[in-house]
Amino acid sequence: MKSYQQAFAELKKQKRTALIPFFVIGDPDFDASLALVKTAVDAGADVLELGIPFSDPIADGPTIQKADIRAMRSGMNPARALEFVRKVKKDKDIPIGLLMYYNLIQQYGVEKFFKDFHEAGVNSVLVADLSIDDADEVTEPAQAAGLDTVFMVTPNTEPARMKRIAAKTTGFIYTVSLLGVTGSRAALSNAVDGLIRKLKGLTAVPVCVGFGVSTPEHAKTIAEAGADGVIIGSRLVGMIESHLNDPRAASKEVAEFLGQVKSALAPRRPNR
Amino acid sequence: MKHDGRFGEYGGYYVPEVLIPALEELEEAFYRFYKDKAFEAELGQLFRHYAGRPSPLYHTRRFSEHVGFQVYLKREDLLHGGAHKINNSLGQGLLAKYMGKTKLIAETGAGQHGLATAMVGALLGMETKIFMGITDIERQSVNVHKMRLCGAEVVPVEGGTGTLKDAINDALRYWTANVTDTFYLFGSAAGPHPYPTIVKHFQSCIGREARRQCLEQTGRLPDLVVACVGGGSNAIGMFTGFLDDKDVRLVGVEAGGKGLKTGKHAASLSAGRVGILHGAKAYLLQDENGQVLDTESISAGLDYAAVGPEHCYLKDTGRAEYVAAVDDDVLDTFELLTKLEGILPALESTHALAYIVNQKGKLPPETIAVVNLSGRGDKDVGIVEKARSK
Repeated sequence: MKSYQQAFAELKKQKRTALIPFFVIGDPDFDASLALVKTAVDAGADVLELGIPFSDPIADGPTIQKADIRAMRSGMNPARALEFVRKVKKDKDIPIGLLMYYNLIQQYGVEKFFKDFHEAGVNSVLVADLSIDDADEVTEPAQAAGLDTVFMVTPNTEPARMKRIAAKTTGFIYTVSLLGVTGSRAALSNAVDGLIRKLKGLTAVPVCVGFGVSTPEHAKTIAEAGADGVIIGSRLVGMIESHLNDPRAASKEVAEFLGQVKSALAPRRPNR
Repeated sequence: MKHDGRFGEYGGYYVPEVLIPALEELEEAFYRFYKDKAFEAELGQLFRHYAGRPSPLYHTRRFSEHVGFQVYLKREDLLHGGAHKINNSLGQGLLAKYMGKTKLIAETGAGQHGLATAMVGALLGMETKIFMGITDIERQSVNVHKMRLCGAEVVPVEGGTGTLKDAINDALRYWTANVTDTFYLFGSAAGPHPYPTIVKHFQSCIGREARRQCLEQTGRLPDLVVACVGGGSNAIGMFTGFLDDKDVRLVGVEAGGKGLKTGKHAASLSAGRVGILHGAKAYLLQDENGQVLDTESISAGLDYAAVGPEHCYLKDTGRAEYVAAVDDDVLDTFELLTKLEGILPALESTHALAYIVNQKGKLPPETIAVVNLSGRGDKDVGIVEKARSK
């Protein structure tokens, strides 16, 4: 199974920034969602970020909330998500990070969740509503299961706290570009550049940027600021939403868009 | 954070990283100001002259006779705004002012907390936004108008079932994007630390007064203290005054809706499993996978899938008991109290009274029960009428 370390080392050699699309597993249903994820992989995704839908996603804006509802209505749950991950991995060995809410893990059983999803091919589990202060509840069982740990840093995270977060992170730091929830934005937050620099000065773990990243130009700016990866969610999920009755059109739009982002990202200019 | 905000295993602060600085700032400010002389004096003034504290403790005449023991009502319904919510809104609003914040946001279910916060926003000259589910906006339209008259913006929340849970989700999302200048005035003794502690502190006047008044009027402590529980702010405010009085039974009454067996209720403590919602570990109504369930209750203010963490702890330790009252009994009790005493109880508070009615003939006549009449029922007259015409 390909590790983050391998994936980011390869990218570094190629002077490329990772393209990391996000999808809600099961949006709009299991098969269509699987086809979309495969489309993204074919379009050049380097890492996948996948969400298991939750009824009360407080870190998400309206686009992903609606995707969660669609996926839940189609019967998606953690057990089926496991099956979904297995199918994705059967097609291609691409690192997968889960992004989800704590209650689902709690109800599944923390240790069993990490063990089952690691076996299915997941590299890390980022818990959106778990801060670094309670990280020990998950880091030990996650590492015991063989998972990497991923935590978030936001524009208002104090430097001392950033250091603590970096110290607990083994996969990559999920850098939230703005103060707010997920969702497409016209302009990229001007906090991004400084945030990446600060993190790069603090840690050697890869720094990937998400929230509000909506265009190839945004991706390029983030890559040029020195990030190791760009996470794009709501923009893609919005494409699914606007073609609910035409999965092929959604797939085509996703492929075209990711192709544009891919070209905007490569080749990366030399490290500063 | 200086404290972990735990009540036994419950509580904590399970929130996205972006909210941590705001919660830390709030915790720091609360512990700096809550015993500050100037702060206490200003809040005390507002409690007395703006809100109307202390609220009376009233020995019911015909209602006591009807149930066969002595029922005392803590008249929070007589406070400004018509509910206990003003205590917490004044406390947190003043805290926001001392912190230098200029904007208030709040969630609301029945509209009582929204109204209390809108009034405080007007009083303190702060820009106020109230997040309210569309279902609740419809069933509590009078409160919506009142909030708007106070100058607050009422933000309709469409997600989920359009009730309190969804309003909290959107208020949290808004706060995430506006943490710098906005104070989230949380209304229930739930949510992430430090809210359960802050809300308890500002509501603890209820129990403190009730205890003193009961001693003054009867010469002894009550046998029984009863309050309704949604998120649990009025109940924790009442119970806190009696926690150390081991012989005083504490009973919390949840919304039994159409009955616990139907699944259409909001009784998290009676029928939920431990989970995590809105930043706290607590009893939670959820499906086998951990998805939060829709709730149902005739009273918007109790219509919540989780409950404050301290109530979970009081349940587990056995210090308080938690039961549920169904909608039909609540309606009967609403009419009963109004007919016997000329007091319209809020449907929320009526849950506590329904438990009392249920004890009719089971307790000796000298029994003293203190019930928190947490709000007045004027806002519910239309709902009762509609339910009765079905």
